[in-house]
Amino acid sequence: MDDLDRLEADSIHILREAYASLRPLVMLWSLGKDSNAMIWLARKAFLGEVPFPVAHLDTGLEFPETYAFRERYAKEWGLKLIDDACPPIEEVDPNLPPNSRLAARKSLGLRQALTRHGFKGVIAGIRRDEQATRAKERVFSPRGADGAWDFRDQPPEFWDSYHPAPPQDGHVRVHPLLRWTEIDVWRYIQRESIPVVPLYFAKNGKRYRSLGEIGITFPIDSDAADIPSILAELAATRAPERAGRAMDHDSEDAFERLRATGYM
Amino acid sequence: MTAVLAQAARLPDAIPANANGEAPLPIVFVGHVDHGKSTLLGRILHDTDSLPDGKLAELRAISAKRGLENEWSFALDALQIERDQGITVDTTQVWFRTRRRTYRAIDAPGHAEFVRNMATGASAAAAAVLVVDAKQGIGEQTRRHAAILDLLGLKRVVVAVNKMDLVDFAQSRFGELVREIGALFDALGGAVAAIVPIAARTGDNIATRSAAMPWYRGATLLDVLDGFDAPKPLSDGPLRLPVQDVYRRGDKRFVVGRIESGRLAVGDGIRIVPGGRLARVAEFHDWNRTTPRTRAEAGESVAIAFDTEVFAERGSWITTPDTSRDAGDVLRVRLLWLGAEALAPGKVLRVALGTGQREAKIERIGQVIEPGHGTAKPGTLGRNGLASVDLKLVAPIAADSFAELPATGRGIVVENGRVVGGFVVERATDAVIAASEKLIFPTDDPIDAAARHRANGHRAGVFWLTGLSGAGKSTLAQAAARRLFERGRQVRILDGDDLRNGLNADLGFAPEDRDENVRRTAHVARLFAQSGFLVIVALISPLRTHRDLARKVVGDDFHEIHIQADIDACRQRDPKGLYARADAGKIGGFTGVSAPYEDPASPDFALDTVALSPAEAVDRLVDFVETHAARAR
Repeated sequence: MDDLDRLEADSIHILREAYASLRPLVMLWSLGKDSNAMIWLARKAFLGEVPFPVAHLDTGLEFPETYAFRERYAKEWGLKLIDDACPPIEEVDPNLPPNSRLAARKSLGLRQALTRHGFKGVIAGIRRDEQATRAKERVFSPRGADGAWDFRDQPPEFWDSYHPAPPQDGHVRVHPLLRWTEIDVWRYIQRESIPVVPLYFAKNGKRYRSLGEIGITFPIDSDAADIPSILAELAATRAPERAGRAMDHDSEDAFERLRATGYM
Repeated sequence: MTAVLAQAARLPDAIPANANGEAPLPIVFVGHVDHGKSTLLGRILHDTDSLPDGKLAELRAISAKRGLENEWSFALDALQIERDQGITVDTTQVWFRTRRRTYRAIDAPGHAEFVRNMATGASAAAAAVLVVDAKQGIGEQTRRHAAILDLLGLKRVVVAVNKMDLVDFAQSRFGELVREIGALFDALGGAVAAIVPIAARTGDNIATRSAAMPWYRGATLLDVLDGFDAPKPLSDGPLRLPVQDVYRRGDKRFVVGRIESGRLAVGDGIRIVPGGRLARVAEFHDWNRTTPRTRAEAGESVAIAFDTEVFAERGSWITTPDTSRDAGDVLRVRLLWLGAEALAPGKVLRVALGTGQREAKIERIGQVIEPGHGTAKPGTLGRNGLASVDLKLVAPIAADSFAELPATGRGIVVENGRVVGGFVVERATDAVIAASEKLIFPTDDPIDAAARHRANGHRAGVFWLTGLSGAGKSTLAQAAARRLFERGRQVRILDGDDLRNGLNADLGFAPEDRDENVRRTAHVARLFAQSGFLVIVALISPLRTHRDLARKVVGDDFHEIHIQADIDACRQRDPKGLYARADAGKIGGFTGVSAPYEDPASPDFALDTVALSPAEAVDRLVDFVETHAARAR
């Protein structure tokens, strides 16, 4: 087994633990590279079919390429897609920094989905190497009734003896990709030939390294038009992955505040 | 110091992480609060050129905002509260790369309140750096963390004596601490790989040798880390596949789980524990592989189908067929207790071990390994304390001893849905599986089989009568036994109904109970046979796996005898009125009516009690037994 085999096996183990213990369960599909790899892992874990719905928290502001991707692969992969629209910007806490407010719409959208469908488990494709507060996460992370993350009182997590029981009126976030790095994900996409939104590949000297909504996501200068070039670029770069995400940089704790209130 | 900084190793950028397919080595940084863990890790990130662009400037800016010199720890302590209070609240992870390999560094908080977070960080690691302040020496949490590292089974431990700059880089102070640290680990029965004098803030002896400590001739901290071997998967160990779930696809059922130890291939025989049923691996299910696997080994998550319908559920284990013992209900564990209130005997908790879960009662709290935070009465265990604890489970669970098979010898305790402790199995008493036979020491029988043969004038054996209820097993067994006894043979009947009155009174007729009934009966038969007896067993034992198991337990002198009578004949005879009750729906799972009976594929002997008269059947059975009894050894 090489390191990718090991990561794959452990993620499958986590997904199966979640499915055995948390019902109803949902997987968040942001349509980005990580969540596509995650759906791929779920198909491996569950012998070809994803046995729970996948939810796209839709702000209506994705790139056209992203919507086209969603329509095509929801069908091809046989996904039970939930694509409820997120609440409008007016419902978001006006005290949040401007760029964070769009992200906060997604938190509200998730809360709405939790209320509507009563999910006890929410699988999300976050990685520890993406962002410093995500590095603090547990594989199985309990959330209170309001979806908030109490990072002061996280449960102990011994080895991979997980105990994914949801707290009263709350749910559990499940993070099967926590141990993966950006490079791991691209190597896996390459090995498994997993489709991704074409915006990741360079056109006219620009590509998206991290994909979010129009207006708060910006491309980087790059000529990497295929996966080997992307891997070469990542091996050499010293720029953080989310440099093109405006909401991370509103203030020193912008992302922490988002996550504490339930953002992915 | 600037000279040292200038020498800091710059690593080649061209090697992509994990180019060799080796996973990053997870390494935890632990120690007493303020002894400098986060600072050390921040410094390592800098010295190995692992900080992203702009991070150093960001660190300087947020340090300046708080009126501090450059605070390396801010690279790790991402939360506002951590930066404001200068402590690490929760474990975090970052990556760094040396010439040798990539590391996944886990920063674990030192504050006493956050022992659970420290344990979380440490249990995810394969190696550890324990940081000790050169001036303050060993702190309360240095001791506790050393004990927790030992409990978690971390064997690759290096102690970094930090802040040597605050003791003027004095060799004598380092010497004192080396003795104290040595004594601490000796008391725990553990060992450290190296003790390195460092100054994290200035980088002394981290990536490069310190000009300020020429008396230190050992390796730098990073060189010690690079000397650690990566842990190897347990592919060569005994097979352990804890069942996570069973998925149905079409008409096939697939058992899914991750192989924790050993290997498995199509065609291999397996045993399911608890229960002991035997089966063979028919196939692996692999989505999106051009050719499905035919074999797998420790570390792989698999889905397998068996050649026969066998009952397995979440919590069961797939093991090798020769696994000699079954699940048990008493565990002695070493426990790290994280509950708010002191743990006392009599408390009921939930134990989760692998994929199995059971209610458990605390029977006894033994030697406290490291006293807890706050006060605890004798025989109790305070919060954040470690002790040897005996647990009595309501029902058996499969477990290994941690020392032999770590992955299947550890677990957690849960109270009201919250994880309140982690443990390793010290000893799985009674019938719990052992990784090998090392834990049991069978005594030699002073009288050997040949001596018993000579004394009795015949050899021993087990004659296992299987067949439907009413086929005539008990009747034949009794008549044959009487005749054999009259001829001076040592003979013993084991009748299913009799055993269910005593030895097996705790068992019902659920599939796993029937398996256990067979297993126990086979072991008792074996004991009688070892004592020189001719043992006639009358037991329906409806499944082939039942008789296979019995043959395996007894060994060479086992004879499977099929007492044949069709269901209509049995129903007509109905000596105990059972068919009438079963047909009326008053007995569920009745063999031949609402539960299967599998005819023996190739019995050693068969008697048709419909075609033969009772007297003829007895004659033939006695002849068969006598032929075996008369055979020379």
